Amino acid sequence: MTSVLLFGALPYLAIGLMLVVSIQRYRRDGFTVTSLSSEFLESKWLFWGSVPLHLGIITVFFGHLIGFLVPRSVMAWNAVPLRLLILETTGLMAGILTLVGLVVLIARRASDARLRAVTSPVDIGVYVILLFQVITGLWIALGLRWGSAWYTHVLVPYLRSLFILQPDVRVMDDMPLVVRLHVIGAFLLFATFSATRLVHMLVAPIPYLWRRVQIVVWNRKRPGLVSGARS
Amino acid sequence: MNIRSQVSMVFHLDKCIGCHTCSIACKNVWTDRKGAEYMWWNNVETKPGTGFPTAWEDQDQYGGGFVQSGEGLVQLRSNGRYRGMANIFHNPRLPQLDDYYEPWTYRYEDLFTAKAGDDQPIARAVSLVTGKPIEIEAGPNWDDDLSGSPIYAANDPNLEALTPAQRAQMFEMERLVFFYLPRICNHCSNPACVASCPSGALYKRGEDGVVVLNQDRCRGWRMCVSSCPYKKTYFNWSTGKSEKCVLCYPRLESGQAPACFHSCVGRIRYLGVVLYDADKIVEVAAKKDEELVQAQRDMILDPKDPEIIRLALEAGVPWSVIESAQKSPVYKFVKEWGLALPLHVEYRTLPMLFYVPPLLPILGNGDGNLYETTNDELFGTLDRNRLPVEYLARMFSGGNVGLIRYALKKMIAVRYHRRQITVGDVEGDKLTQILAEADLTAEEAEAIYRLTSLPNFEDRFVIPPMHREEAIMALTDPLEFKGAAGFGFITPPERQL
Repeated sequence: MTSVLLFGALPYLAIGLMLVVSIQRYRRDGFTVTSLSSEFLESKWLFWGSVPLHLGIITVFFGHLIGFLVPRSVMAWNAVPLRLLILETTGLMAGILTLVGLVVLIARRASDARLRAVTSPVDIGVYVILLFQVITGLWIALGLRWGSAWYTHVLVPYLRSLFILQPDVRVMDDMPLVVRLHVIGAFLLFATFSATRLVHMLVAPIPYLWRRVQIVVWNRKRPGLVSGARS
Repeated sequence: MNIRSQVSMVFHLDKCIGCHTCSIACKNVWTDRKGAEYMWWNNVETKPGTGFPTAWEDQDQYGGGFVQSGEGLVQLRSNGRYRGMANIFHNPRLPQLDDYYEPWTYRYEDLFTAKAGDDQPIARAVSLVTGKPIEIEAGPNWDDDLSGSPIYAANDPNLEALTPAQRAQMFEMERLVFFYLPRICNHCSNPACVASCPSGALYKRGEDGVVVLNQDRCRGWRMCVSSCPYKKTYFNWSTGKSEKCVLCYPRLESGQAPACFHSCVGRIRYLGVVLYDADKIVEVAAKKDEELVQAQRDMILDPKDPEIIRLALEAGVPWSVIESAQKSPVYKFVKEWGLALPLHVEYRTLPMLFYVPPLLPILGNGDGNLYETTNDELFGTLDRNRLPVEYLARMFSGGNVGLIRYALKKMIAVRYHRRQITVGDVEGDKLTQILAEADLTAEEAEAIYRLTSLPNFEDRFVIPPMHREEAIMALTDPLEFKGAAGFGFITPPERQL
């Protein structure tokens, strides 16, 4: 029963909350959607925290996503031991980078009075849940070897069963505790995502790479000219 | 040709007395809020000096503005399209709170609640960031009037333009000289803040050229703060958003001058519309340093030229705005008289705020230690002035000394012209000679004198009708924000979560 709740109901609740609250927050309260950068108050340690954290966590995120989206390709890639080793090492390195970045950021925030002044209880919650995820993740990577291989065989089918709305929670009962904790942590992260500063990843400024350099906004229609500058 | 209208500005530095009334007017209207206490959208600096934030003109440190990037092209000096994205997790060019100052207040209640004792109770300074007591080590006008000081004036980046001898002369106790530099956002035609904003939250308003920042779209990536070479976008450490001068557009739209303009005691500020050709922006911005001022002036168009009027109307500039441009004091100072120059045009953002360079320290120069005001040799004082022309050229003309000399000569000639009228002791054809050499007619000299010394409110501020009523009705339902918290916010604009 517990596992039905945790692995059958919680994921839908989490994704539902994430979608509805994020969209609602963006539409109603666009002002609150920001990275809440603290670089202005402390820059030196931010470099050693923020850069490793982001590079690590983005790699880890896409690692999970690719395994979920194209499990067969990952299996095929892993067929050669050397390639498996490369993938595993990359994942582990990214995990360690994330952990290092996170620890630096937590230490930085705790030790600077100015930063403590801009730290909310929600921020502390984010740190706790992220730290929990990174530690359990690294534990799995080190203790339950070749995760990139068995993830595609065991967990991806479970995740897919969620997506086709026929949750198959039995597979989770056979998982070691740390894996179950990691999965539950992930759902908790999704559930609370839209109420935290993490929403800034939804507004990552990718369009900046191709948008026009200068932006001019007209309140009136200009005859014969398209709205916006050409420069 | 793509004609745009721009609400443009002139600050007459000869008239600035450094009273900071403008700064206070702005602070009371816009930045008296949590997270914004340290911001001075309008500030007044002492030059030579390091300014606010400290050494903002040092682009090796802050990486603001544009640089030439090949024939006819410019690119952001730092944090452009690709480098900006790479630096998004940590912007190495971002100024820190300590480059400005830590805002503070005093614990006034201690004065009333202190126990009776032998000592006077004091109100300790407490940080507005942490709430804890701090030692005040810097403030918004920390180097006010401190010309000649070895830690402030001597670190002015503009002194690089001078020879060691000139520098030494500026720091001699008897020849110390300084002037005030009031600064607001320049509302550039090639704004670096807009170009560097990854979210696209910053934009230039088409009708009046005011550069504003959409608070709902800003995500706090901070690139505008480092890319603005004038350091006129500020990061609100509490809300996690950037903020900047909005040229009091709500006041402009209702026909009032911006708060800093309206409150200016010395009446140094002028505001009016200019028409310019937006197709030329990139071409002009890519010119050589010394040619930038002239190229920018050429970009500004004559609002009385029938052909320009026709094209402007075709481009959708309302007739009322063209009429306003014809009366613009800015057009007179910048184009007709060539007196006003942009600040640090070599940053290539094409600032639309122009400065009339200060003349006062020049006439007060003389031989030895004596204060000398005779002018037997016409413009000879220009070469022996206390404030070297090269210094002004570095600030206002991209190093082009000729443009500074031209403007200063005109201002001197206007004084001769007025002296002849009020005192009558300028001999015979000397005045004619002076006016000819300064490229002036007596009528022009009189017009410059009148607009400099005797302008009334309507002469200084020629505010165009903004026609917002039509614009708003055409685009949005006026009742859309009924019941909201104002300025488009549904909830108060405070740090949340």
